[in-house]
Amino acid sequence: MLQKIYDWIDERIDITPIWRDIADHEVPEHVNPAHHFSAFVYCFGGLTFFVVVIQILSGMFLTMYYVPDIENAWKSVYYLQTEVAHGQIVRGMHHWGASVVIVMLLLHTLRVFFQGAYKKPRELNWMVGVLIFFVMLGLGFTGYLLPWDNKAYFATQVGLEMAEQVPVIGGELKALLAGDEEIVGAQTLTRFFAIHVFFLPGALFALMAIHFVLIRRQGISGPL
Amino acid sequence: MHKGKGMKFVGDSRVSAERKASQIPKDYSEYPGRTEAFWPNFLLKEWLVGAVFLVGFLSLTLAHPSPLEGMADPTNASYIPLPDWYFLFLYELLKYEFASGNYILLGMIVLPGLAFGALLLAPFLDNGPGRRPHQRPIAVIMMLLGLTSAIWLTYTAASHVDWETRAEMNKPIPPTAVEIDKSHEGFAAYEASCLQCHGEALEGTGMAPALLGTEYTAEEIAKIAVEGLEGDPGMPPNMFTGSDEELEQLVDFIMTVNEKAAE
Repeated sequence: MLQKIYDWIDERIDITPIWRDIADHEVPEHVNPAHHFSAFVYCFGGLTFFVVVIQILSGMFLTMYYVPDIENAWKSVYYLQTEVAHGQIVRGMHHWGASVVIVMLLLHTLRVFFQGAYKKPRELNWMVGVLIFFVMLGLGFTGYLLPWDNKAYFATQVGLEMAEQVPVIGGELKALLAGDEEIVGAQTLTRFFAIHVFFLPGALFALMAIHFVLIRRQGISGPL
Repeated sequence: MHKGKGMKFVGDSRVSAERKASQIPKDYSEYPGRTEAFWPNFLLKEWLVGAVFLVGFLSLTLAHPSPLEGMADPTNASYIPLPDWYFLFLYELLKYEFASGNYILLGMIVLPGLAFGALLLAPFLDNGPGRRPHQRPIAVIMMLLGLTSAIWLTYTAASHVDWETRAEMNKPIPPTAVEIDKSHEGFAAYEASCLQCHGEALEGTGMAPALLGTEYTAEEIAKIAVEGLEGDPGMPPNMFTGSDEELEQLVDFIMTVNEKAAE
């Protein structure tokens, strides 16, 4: 039955090559911790992806309760934290995941760097990876404001003051992020929410897709 | 088209089938050493590692609930802002004289820009053929220097912060704060002596912590109201100067509000 369904689909959209690209390939000996335990360093990239999936899922559940509005943002987080069943765990996963993903990303970057795995022909994939790192830091910065507690508010104010000091475009940059040249308030919160939930994740998904397609195309770098 | 099932599309505009085979991964037998099929053998092991990782991660979230401070209060002038830990290196860097004041652009844009720009362009800066660390000493040393300074700056910034006091000072107060019974006989004394710093609903302000959820006993509160509290941030003495009876009423008022809030 399953085979019939597979054949029916394959006849129309030719999925066998796609399937081969995604799953039907060999894992070389030098990246397999079952053969060389030191190969666990190759896990960091996969674990980064795993935590990103956790972030996406927990974030999706958080938006079921979160209200991006200065009156209610803090109250909705407080409610989620104290009243909603398992709300504390879901928010905890998103909060700690934000830190763990940076740690994993750092470890993965260091592994690739010290093995010189970014050398020809993998220069482009390294640059895409560094861009993912930047996007992730941006997600951390914008997500920090959303609970609208004192920590969030004052750290964001410092961040925006720094943006303002950028030469030439500083004023515009601050206004773009904060929604106003002076006030850090309702507009800032909705902008950071939009950036955190739509703009940066969109960029992240695109970059991750390129990252993975390039890995499948080029294969993993050989042993040192 | 000779891919897959050799299907044909009507009005096919896709790239011609001339460029074939090159993107298809090599056959298993062409790899040296003990290779393993990704699907399903290796993926199963990856899932096992992922499951162990998930258990550890969930233990972390259970042991340390994510922090939440009091609702943002833009008028709070005494709050010292701190970024998340992965921006602490920048926060600490900007404290140095050569990276702040007139040189702020150096600390804020030039130095991080050079470091992250070099990271982004690493494959072109370190473009020799050798991959082993000892074949490219400059790149490796630069990375170690950058890494060490980032860790050092983060550590220095974090060690200056008293995290526990900070968390204690900024505990979240529930939005459904208890109603203050202004007809209570102790309220007049509270209004006169305490309200300005401890807030109208005992919720605390930038100058003093909340009295809601206080861990002091009635006797201790009476003593602190008169003698103050030593230490940092502490409380000056003689904030309350009324009679003993008024003091008793004041303490009773604070305790009553706390009892109501605890319900």
